[in-house]
Amino acid sequence: MLILARKVNESIIIGDQVEVSIIDIKGDQVKLGIKAPANVKVYRMEIYKAIQEENKAAVMAAPAKIPELEALKKLTAARDAQEKTDS
Amino acid sequence: MQIQTKPYGLIDADERQVIRFPFGILGFENLKRYVLIDAKEQPFYWLQSLEVPEIAFILINPYLFRPDYSVEVDHADLEEINLERPEDALIFAIVTIPDNQARMTANLQGPIIVNRKDHIGRQSISTNSAWKTKHYILEELSSLGKVNAHTGA
Repeated sequence: MLILARKVNESIIIGDQVEVSIIDIKGDQVKLGIKAPANVKVYRMEIYKAIQEENKAAVMAAPAKIPELEALKKLTAARDAQEKTDS
Repeated sequence: MQIQTKPYGLIDADERQVIRFPFGILGFENLKRYVLIDAKEQPFYWLQSLEVPEIAFILINPYLFRPDYSVEVDHADLEEINLERPEDALIFAIVTIPDNQARMTANLQGPIIVNRKDHIGRQSISTNSAWKTKHYILEELSSLGKVNAHTGA
């Protein structure tokens, strides 16, 4: 990992298209400004990791037989009934 | 065509059920080809990897238990799967089923978006933090029922 020290209003450039600026520092919170092309996504790390982890948990847990739960059966029946009245 | 599936072994599938995931799915970025099949158990679906038979996701339509759900994602996410009209989109949430199966959850923070015209899909990350990675499906369903009972709607 590259570690740099920056002051407020200083920036870095990653590759030739991604810019990160220090907008403000208040206590232990740093406000960052990020300029990147639309196809480069920027996410908070904990959210990105949470989704990765949840995906892995979903795959590990997936039982070959999904439980048929009463509430879900009612839901499907309700939805089918709704579709009939809609059409 | 014949495909190897995690839940059902070898089954027949139509080419039209094949969906390309050019960016893969988070945590599984190298897997790019899936087949979407109805699960035997309604109202679920299986998103089955064509590349690794052991990898399959259980999906559910999030609007079934959260009619107030809204897909709020980067516009670029939709452009990258050529999605031009909302009618062409299929929205799913990945379901996690723990040992206590009544505690099954759906990930509404990272919806699966499929362009059903071009058969391209992706997982997007919601820009609205109200949507979490774990929504308890049965709890939210029963809240729905209570609301409806109260209003009579």
